[in-house]
Amino acid sequence: MSLTLYGTEFQSRLLLGTAQYPSPKILQESILASACDIITVSVRRESSREKAGQHFWRLLQETQTHILPNTAGCRTAKEAITTAQMARELFSTDWIKLEVIGNDDNLQPNIFALVEAAQELIAQGFKVFPYTTDDIIVGERLLGVGCEVLMPWGSPIGSGRGLQNPFALETMRAYFPDTPLIVDAGIGLPSHAAAAMQLGFDAVLLNTAIAKSGNPVNMSKAFALAIEAGRMSFLSDPIEQRDMAAPSTPVAGTPFWLETP
Amino acid sequence: MPSVHVIGSGVSGLACAYYLQKVGCDVTLSTASSGCDENCCSWWAGGMLAPFCEQESAEPLIGTLGKESMAFWRQLASVTKLDYCANGSLVVAPARDQALKRSFERLTRNHQRLDHAQLIALEPDLDHFQQGLFYPDEAHIQPRLATKVLWHELGRMNVILNTEHYLDEASLVNARNEYDWQIDCRGLAAQSELDDLRGVKGEMLHIYSDEVRLSRPVRLLHPRYPLYIVPRPEQQFMVGATMIEANTSRNATVRSVLELLSAAYVVHPAFAEAEIVEIGVDIRPAFNDNLPKIRRYGNQLYVNGLYRHGYLAAPALARRVSDIITNDYFCTEVVDANYP
Repeated sequence: MSLTLYGTEFQSRLLLGTAQYPSPKILQESILASACDIITVSVRRESSREKAGQHFWRLLQETQTHILPNTAGCRTAKEAITTAQMARELFSTDWIKLEVIGNDDNLQPNIFALVEAAQELIAQGFKVFPYTTDDIIVGERLLGVGCEVLMPWGSPIGSGRGLQNPFALETMRAYFPDTPLIVDAGIGLPSHAAAAMQLGFDAVLLNTAIAKSGNPVNMSKAFALAIEAGRMSFLSDPIEQRDMAAPSTPVAGTPFWLETP
Repeated sequence: MPSVHVIGSGVSGLACAYYLQKVGCDVTLSTASSGCDENCCSWWAGGMLAPFCEQESAEPLIGTLGKESMAFWRQLASVTKLDYCANGSLVVAPARDQALKRSFERLTRNHQRLDHAQLIALEPDLDHFQQGLFYPDEAHIQPRLATKVLWHELGRMNVILNTEHYLDEASLVNARNEYDWQIDCRGLAAQSELDDLRGVKGEMLHIYSDEVRLSRPVRLLHPRYPLYIVPRPEQQFMVGATMIEANTSRNATVRSVLELLSAAYVVHPAFAEAEIVEIGVDIRPAFNDNLPKIRRYGNQLYVNGLYRHGYLAAPALARRVSDIITNDYFCTEVVDANYP
């Protein structure tokens, strides 16, 4: 049941954002409770540039998870590229979750700048995890410039609205059967995460739904369970929906003394 | 009574010295600063005494310490020129962030939901908000006045005050042997001795506007930080504060100042014409759980990690420190005796 991203295998299919937790301690406990293998860290917004955020990053490194730095808050391709370079140096990783935000109102990705930045970063040797929309043409362009993972939104960042367009996500899954697809952003409830996994998505990335819940540690566990449940369901070939009831016990063979009068 | 050396002139050092002198200890306070000045992060604080609002993200301990500290400030104000402003506090959210208000309401206690009429009855200038949450039992003080008053009281009570007295590592160790007890309240400066202490950068502004009147702190809900505006005398307003994981500070960033100013502008459009009086930056000392601690090594105590709760926690911690010294008090909520 493992997940392979850029040649590395992972057990957990939950990727956890590290912003907005009540304290680093609760963040650490949430990471442990969810048993996630990958955490994302904002280089620009949550921590400051340079090595000033070192203490916080050391705490994250103590969790022994794989760190996926992100370019949250970047508005242009150039800004995202600079942030990615800074992240590579700070975290000694060539992984980058690429976010280029087009609009502060719904934090929608600017797909044009996204493709441009992805192309440049891949040329520079980065392994890019692009935060994108559910548009398959954009997905094709991203794969065309060398991305090996796509991370479409479920709904706008932090909105907690779940999968707003399951049809588009389903199409995306069918269109890119062999590319790891991770639903990133918009998840509010474990059931949303389970729904994404049931559609056949490879993993789910989320932050606010756990960090801002009343009990982040329990909520991260709830998400981990939901993601595992959704994945197992997908692999178990769920039944088709029907219009009429279908008794699970064959009625014709029921002995007369067990039939209800 | 024992002799006690308190190091640091932020709000926790001053509160410790005050409590200890009150119970009869022989207190000497040493500080590298000139008193509580711009080198202490207490200088840049909001001075909101908001134990109920803080429960949105803080542990219950902050509420307990906060209520105790409020009684201290109220009492101090009754005998000094400190102004303890018990007008409560307000929480508002822009129309599109009402979801934040609903969760804030759910996660906190002791509030009243206000409709538009009730809101403008309290704060007429908040006319453009349709609703709000009111925390009647909260208060605010002016942090710079509070530390000045404490400093003055210490002098009056004959605490020995060593200003601009920087202690290097060797002199810190020596000083330990000169006194019965040493209380280290140096904040982030003690990081070399408290390796689990980290810095959280905060940025704030003071602005001046003669067009806006506010009688109490107003918290504007924001997806990332609690941004608030605290009225100060002479039509000044404190706007704070960002929270960024960073151990060093140079200057405020453009993004942070933009966010603070746009918060002010959302709270009242007339703030667009306000003057920027001051932009402040400092680093809050915090432990991993963002809770304050009293750490004890024999007769050396560290009071640290007050994070964004300096004025809310310092007096309550100071009382526990004086209990440790005079009554051999121990409580696991804030005292970790045998660390690590």
